[in-house]
Amino acid sequence: MKELIKKVVEAYGPAGNEAKIREVITEEVSPYVDEIKVDALGNLIAVKRGGEKKIMFAAHMDEIGVMVTHIDKHGFLRFYPVGGLSPLTLIGNRVIFENGTVGVISNEKLEAQKDLTLNKLFIDIGADTKEQALEKVNIGDVAAINREYVDLGKRLISKAMDDRIACVILIEALKKVTKPAYDIYAVFTTQEEVGLRGARVAAYGISPDLGIAIDVTRTGDTPESATMDVSLGKGPTVKIRDSSLLCTPSVRRYMEDVAKANGIEYQLEVLEAGGTDAGAIQLTKGGIPAGVMSVPCRYIHTASEMIDYNDVVNGVKLITAIMETEFTGALSHYITT
Amino acid sequence: MLLKKLSEAFGPSGLEGEVRNILTEELAPFVNEWTRDALGNLIAVKPGTRGPKVMLAAHMDECGLMISSIDRSGLLCFRKVGGLDDRVLVSKYVVIGPKKIPGVIGAKAIHLQRPEERTQVIPLNGLYIDIGAKSKEDAERLIKLGDYAVFGTEFGHLSDTVVKGKAFDDRSGCAVLAEVLKEQYSMPIYGAFTVQEEIGLRGAGVAAYAIEPDLAIVLEGTTCSDLPGSLEHGFCTGMGEGPAITAMDASVITDKRLVNELLRLAKENNIPVQFKRSITGGSDAGRINQTKAGVPVVVISVPCRYIHSPVSMLSLVDFENTIKLVKLFLESIDKGGFAL
Repeated sequence: MKELIKKVVEAYGPAGNEAKIREVITEEVSPYVDEIKVDALGNLIAVKRGGEKKIMFAAHMDEIGVMVTHIDKHGFLRFYPVGGLSPLTLIGNRVIFENGTVGVISNEKLEAQKDLTLNKLFIDIGADTKEQALEKVNIGDVAAINREYVDLGKRLISKAMDDRIACVILIEALKKVTKPAYDIYAVFTTQEEVGLRGARVAAYGISPDLGIAIDVTRTGDTPESATMDVSLGKGPTVKIRDSSLLCTPSVRRYMEDVAKANGIEYQLEVLEAGGTDAGAIQLTKGGIPAGVMSVPCRYIHTASEMIDYNDVVNGVKLITAIMETEFTGALSHYITT
Repeated sequence: MLLKKLSEAFGPSGLEGEVRNILTEELAPFVNEWTRDALGNLIAVKPGTRGPKVMLAAHMDECGLMISSIDRSGLLCFRKVGGLDDRVLVSKYVVIGPKKIPGVIGAKAIHLQRPEERTQVIPLNGLYIDIGAKSKEDAERLIKLGDYAVFGTEFGHLSDTVVKGKAFDDRSGCAVLAEVLKEQYSMPIYGAFTVQEEIGLRGAGVAAYAIEPDLAIVLEGTTCSDLPGSLEHGFCTGMGEGPAITAMDASVITDKRLVNELLRLAKENNIPVQFKRSITGGSDAGRINQTKAGVPVVVISVPCRYIHSPVSMLSLVDFENTIKLVKLFLESIDKGGFAL
């Protein structure tokens, strides 16, 4: 699986520019599903038939990036963030455009460190003039973080673990599932990082009975970190809430029951800030019961996001088990029958 | 001139009737089927026989003011409707309500202000509209609570190619759309003149929900910042540099295939185009893009200086080029030269 992780995390695909990563994933899942389609927003929807109810899984394939907004006469590029980026993590980092052009991010002279804002940063692609720069990139082009995958054995580091590690989990689960209890709609969504946009329209198109997002979540296990009872290596999480949703209680219980029944180690997750595709799915049409499984991840939205391999292995087990276990809870938790 | 009529029309968010009437009258010879939906969106339906269903959208509403109370002395207190800049309000001429009662936005004169007040923006509750009434009763004969006010700016030429007027955001887009709707194409075209964009993109979403387009083109009057005090890399668009194409704003990432086709057509036909280089602010495109199972969208804007103020400016060359570019795009779809 590590080979697949490397391939998927290193692929290019900032929000709105998911064509390349979509190709990679399409190639991986095609042999294991009954149908594949790409919708109007570029979501990749892979369907595996098996039951009466429809379950939708969402793992977003987009990553954060930077969009060129201006090219000056000396060939330097100015940019806006695509998704949530901190200027602190960008200086000295390299970015790569879809056509392979690499640039380095640096900053204007600053009076004080606190003056560092994104509009003080620029990208240097090695051009001397605007004309030279335009041969390689144009305004509106988007670059992703350029950083290679590193295998530390137990721990893995890469850009875009958020949320390619979830894409890997979903791909692996599709390969492993033998007796699907549902019609499985595995959706590799677009534009999550700019507002859960792909999942929203995908959920409308699919109209599932149940939706589960797979994403990464923060941890509280680094020096002087914010308090959060999630650690690397203690299993994937069953989410209770984040800023985008309160997970439907019956779905959360179902996910926990499946984990327990299959002896899969998991943690409960309460995330103070941040959203997931499940937030968009839950509010689709007349409302859809939704839950989230997360992979604990350190240093989210930086060039070096770190996860624990064992959490991924357990994540694949949990998602596969969910695919094979029918949800018997009430489809709306407001009604008990 | 249609742009003049549209610019001078009274049409704040929620009360777009006057704009709607100008458009239905202008387009009567060219459009046989109209829909007016529950929110007041005006949709020109031009049926087609083949090709994708195309939605074009431009919002009719403008930023304005709403009368919130009438003072004992007959002065009118107000709230903003849409994102107006507090700093541009004082001393402006406005017209109020269905009878278009003239008024002036007043505030304490400089002589009466305390020294610290002189350095500050006058807060909204320090501003009022003066219609020359003698008393509350006198004012109530002309004005009702909830009446809207808009700037009373006249349209005019500053030069052969540069015009000034209010509400170019988005009456310039409405004018572009009206011109485009005068043409005939073989694919179904839905020209949506939307309402309530300025207070949260409210009209466009329900219009798109009903239309279910295969792709959408949003026509806007967008901001310029090619001005002293702006750093070059902070420019949003430049007036006179051609129609502006949006790659991303706060509400949407536009469809790359549509953007690339626009760039290709512009180059082939020697139409100058620019990218909108700022991502702040949303547009109807955000709502349309997220409607039902999703709609690929693109945004083409006429660059306008000083939008959301009593008087904005635009280049008629940019305006004409925007019309030309949109027509070329539709022709390209019509000929099957471009498909999603």
